[in-house]
Amino acid sequence: MSTVVEGVGKAIGRADDRAPISSLLKDNLRKVFPDHWSFMLGEIALYSFIILLLTGVYLTIWYQPSMQEVIYHGSYQPLVGIPMSEAYSSTLHISFDVRGGLLIRQIHHWAALFFMAAMVVHMFRIFFTGAFRKPREFNWVIGGSMILIGLLEGFAGYSLPDDLLSGVGVRIVAGIIESIPVVGTYLLFFIFGGEYPGHDFIPRLYTFHVLLVPAILLASVGLHLVLIFYHKHTQYPGPGRTNDNVVGFPLFPVYTAKAGGFFFIVFGVTVLMAALVTINPIWAYGPYVPDQVTAGSQPDWYIGFVDGALRAFPNWESEDFLGHTWSWNILIPCVLMPGILVTLLLAYPFLEAWITGDTREHHLLDRPRNAATRTALGATAITFYGILVINGANDIVAQAFNLSLNQLTWFTRIGVFVIPPLVFIATRRFCLGLQRRDRDLLMHGRESGQILRLPHGEFIEIHTPISDDEKAVILAKRDIPPIEAPPATDENGVATPGLRAKKWRAKLSQAYFGENVKRPTLAEIEAAEHHHHDEVAHEIDVLHDAGAPVPSELTD
Amino acid sequence: MSNDHKTDVATTGIVEGEIVEFPLPPHHHRLTDTDPRAARRAERQVSTMFVLSGVCIIAFVAAYVAIPETSYINLGPVGTLQTSNLVLGLTFGLGTLLIGIAAIHWAKKLMSDEEIVDYRHPVGSPQEDRDAAKAAFDAGVAESGFVERKMVRRTLLGALALFPLPLIVMLKDMGPLPGDSLRHTIWRKGSRIVIDVTGQPLRPEDMQVGSLVSASPEDLNEIQEAAGDQNARAKASIILVRMKPSDIVSEQGDGWSWNGILAFSKICTHVGCPIALYQQRTHHLLCPCHQSTFDLADSGKVVFGPAARAMPQLPITVDSEGYLVAQSDFQQPVGPSFWERA
Amino acid sequence: MTSTSVRRNKATGLVVLIAGLVMTGVGYAAVTSTAEASVAMSSQTQIDQGKQLFQQGCATCHGLAAQGSSEGPSLIGVGAAAVNFQVATGRMPMAQPANQAPRKAPVYTDDQIAALAAYVASLGPGPAVPSDEDLNTSDANLAEGGVLFRTNCAQCHNFAGRGGALSNGKYAPSLMNATPRQMYEAMLTGPQNMPIFNDKTLPPAEKRAILKYINELQTAPSPGGLALGSLGPVTEGIFIWTVGLGALLAVAVWIGAKVR
Repeated sequence: MSTVVEGVGKAIGRADDRAPISSLLKDNLRKVFPDHWSFMLGEIALYSFIILLLTGVYLTIWYQPSMQEVIYHGSYQPLVGIPMSEAYSSTLHISFDVRGGLLIRQIHHWAALFFMAAMVVHMFRIFFTGAFRKPREFNWVIGGSMILIGLLEGFAGYSLPDDLLSGVGVRIVAGIIESIPVVGTYLLFFIFGGEYPGHDFIPRLYTFHVLLVPAILLASVGLHLVLIFYHKHTQYPGPGRTNDNVVGFPLFPVYTAKAGGFFFIVFGVTVLMAALVTINPIWAYGPYVPDQVTAGSQPDWYIGFVDGALRAFPNWESEDFLGHTWSWNILIPCVLMPGILVTLLLAYPFLEAWITGDTREHHLLDRPRNAATRTALGATAITFYGILVINGANDIVAQAFNLSLNQLTWFTRIGVFVIPPLVFIATRRFCLGLQRRDRDLLMHGRESGQILRLPHGEFIEIHTPISDDEKAVILAKRDIPPIEAPPATDENGVATPGLRAKKWRAKLSQAYFGENVKRPTLAEIEAAEHHHHDEVAHEIDVLHDAGAPVPSELTD
Repeated sequence: MSNDHKTDVATTGIVEGEIVEFPLPPHHHRLTDTDPRAARRAERQVSTMFVLSGVCIIAFVAAYVAIPETSYINLGPVGTLQTSNLVLGLTFGLGTLLIGIAAIHWAKKLMSDEEIVDYRHPVGSPQEDRDAAKAAFDAGVAESGFVERKMVRRTLLGALALFPLPLIVMLKDMGPLPGDSLRHTIWRKGSRIVIDVTGQPLRPEDMQVGSLVSASPEDLNEIQEAAGDQNARAKASIILVRMKPSDIVSEQGDGWSWNGILAFSKICTHVGCPIALYQQRTHHLLCPCHQSTFDLADSGKVVFGPAARAMPQLPITVDSEGYLVAQSDFQQPVGPSFWERA
Repeated sequence: MTSTSVRRNKATGLVVLIAGLVMTGVGYAAVTSTAEASVAMSSQTQIDQGKQLFQQGCATCHGLAAQGSSEGPSLIGVGAAAVNFQVATGRMPMAQPANQAPRKAPVYTDDQIAALAAYVASLGPGPAVPSDEDLNTSDANLAEGGVLFRTNCAQCHNFAGRGGALSNGKYAPSLMNATPRQMYEAMLTGPQNMPIFNDKTLPPAEKRAILKYINELQTAPSPGGLALGSLGPVTEGIFIWTVGLGALLAVAVWIGAKVR
């Protein structure tokens, strides 16, 4: 017994006299978690968040959230002697005069990009495997909200240094706020403490960034993890795995080591990136001055889709409608479009549940191909989002590939409406094709690629049956019958209440599931197996009669 | 290849939608489970990584002390890097990474990898608990008299509804009301135009056809120093361009230009980015943020992109000493549109 | 008379002085007259040579008298600086008609370029090729150059001088390979769609400050590591989604993989 283990045991013992520690530990220490790489994407986000908290605290030691003008006298020569805000000057100080300061800044910013990217990839996994279904809908809402809050937090974070690039971004946000009907100018003056840029914005943003949002995120992450713990993790279908069990490894010691180890790896990779790759070189951008700008002004990637929408949108404005100016060219891409996208995103589990009428608990994940419409919708949304993100970088794309900026903008204006539906159709077809293939595999086995020519001239391809593991996965598919619309009136002639909604529900349900390839019943599988067996027997007979050798693949 | 004629599959009498159960696949022993030498090797590998991690961390401390922030190291195609950032990052990064790799290697090779099965229970509360909770809640409601005592209930809700009001009202002093400040800049009749950065005043003959000058009013710096912010510049920045008078198709006002020299706001009317990408042969002004394009030879009107309104033109003339000055403030609000603009 | 008495004579000093002056004057005249004459003669030869080169390689688009045509603008008054910029960077002659002339390997030698410049300069007064004195940045203020660069140049050429897109396929080129002379000439003459920053609105001292800053951009260290093209958050975003997430996903796959 090592002293460490004994010591821990004693400590738990003493704690146990004061709180029910052992009662908590007894079940949870050996809690089972399933093993799959796609279950670690959320962890990347969690560990990035911890890294952000740690490095963030360090940065607060030296950063000055003040727009007070100072003259720079630090060690970065190209900026010595010019006026800048204290915020910018303190960021230069961290980068050039604090040992390890640049490292911590770069770790912080790379971790922020990881945080957002990991949350998005994790969301994709949850979506495409249907992990958001009951009982996990609320966790989906928490997760989606964290992506939104993370977006705002990231914007705040990279705007705090008050450099030229992020300052222009703040100007754009001010312009968007300004355009909001009725309250826009009031909001602008309240947030900025007066006219833009004023001297209140950075200090206020700082409070938002280090106090308000981290508290909200911590609480959200906490709740998110508690729910995962309580609901137990979902698992992919496979042999031995059912909707009522979890197969995997215990939290202590295996996942403590694997998940804990992954934390160190995520941390280590982030630090190595901070050592070798520049991010946000604020010294090169220069301090923010309201009449300077750089070519190639973009926000961080996660805001790119809003920037792309702003760039592509036509210049519609009602200059004098009902006595006021309505800036459709800003309201639609910046308020309406993201608003609709976010609402659909957060509400999706409830929408799908309404369409399917499925009120069971789901702990076994869907293979994306088995939920063809859901997968196609996800691919469509990603395409729509992706086109807008790329358009947000259209000047860089034009420069890199020698294209016309104006043509790229037009491509987006049209493409964003034309390409997603095409992706929807193609993805759905692809999923249904995969479902058909699964059915074929089950019924007829896998094509072995070996062709046998029988003596009378017939060519047959030898099929090998699939393994039990594969069968377990394919047979886990559950077919959900589309909901039928109720009759317009019941047998007494009373009109069905809410008929319209119910009819819509039936239509959507039919659209969702109507074309799904039904999983063969076991009777059908058995019948197919017997048929196959009979065919093989017949082929063997033919070969015997002809005196030809029987290949071993046939008899296996 | 396994025998697919298992009878147990067929005998469960499955109906469409029913679950088919397959047993857990048999456990395969790893090399480290069967071969003690392989296990010891894995142990050594894990320990070595922990030791290396420690070495890296100590190297970090040494590097922190030894390497000054002013040192740079040339790494060829990678670039010339700040040495302390590179070394501190590599040592700390590697040191951290190695702990992680060691822990995972330990788990994969040496910790038990027998799959364990745990059973789920319905995640919601069982019906007795729901009933008990409802009973407790109902008892509480009954005892409080919340339902029957209408006046108490209504006045309570009223008081609670009003309670958050101070939280909202106190936000009023976050900022002043906009008033009409968005409609004006610091440009006045006779404001002398000076070139940005140098502060040098401008004569018409200083500019030639194709010139671009970033400029601002003469009293800008003074006003900003007094106010302690950059608000004046955020609205008053202008650019001046010169073109052949015959190239000018239209202007926003008669006599607003001077012999081919036109002054326009430098703040894009879309969402406010500074805009000074003047393409002198086409007379187009391009904004780098969202690619709004304005034709400065034709009243600054929008020819491409999301901006809805033309670039505001500043009326200019020449004063008695021959310097370019403004005739007045802009005749419309500069910058992005807002609700009350119309 | 003895040598001493010659030296002590009052007139001796005056004679020596006059002799010295005459010798200097004649000597100078002898040296410079040929030089001036040779300068004057090479200018004319240069101009003639330039005219010949012009009519062979430039007149098709710019007109026989450089008066311009539908294919190319008039070059009267553009000055030697413009010619030196366009031809030394290989932009001119343009290989094919396009929205913008790209930089490429120059077609003409330095002497030929000087001849062309001399010819065009002779057609009308315009900015001269900047001298080495013009380009001497030793007294220039680096930080001021940065402010000037960010005010006048960064909106097209990007904060790090990496260039940027303009309308309809045009672009502001990267400044990473431009020489100080070429950049000075570009500011002075406003090639194609670049605006003109003449010496009245952007005096030579400020141009030198900008050149000093651009030189800093060309040679500056990249303190944080690989600069990823100095194009801002776009390349950083691409990096995180490819290399960053790629590495972590590979690690995740490793963690979940079965051990043999």
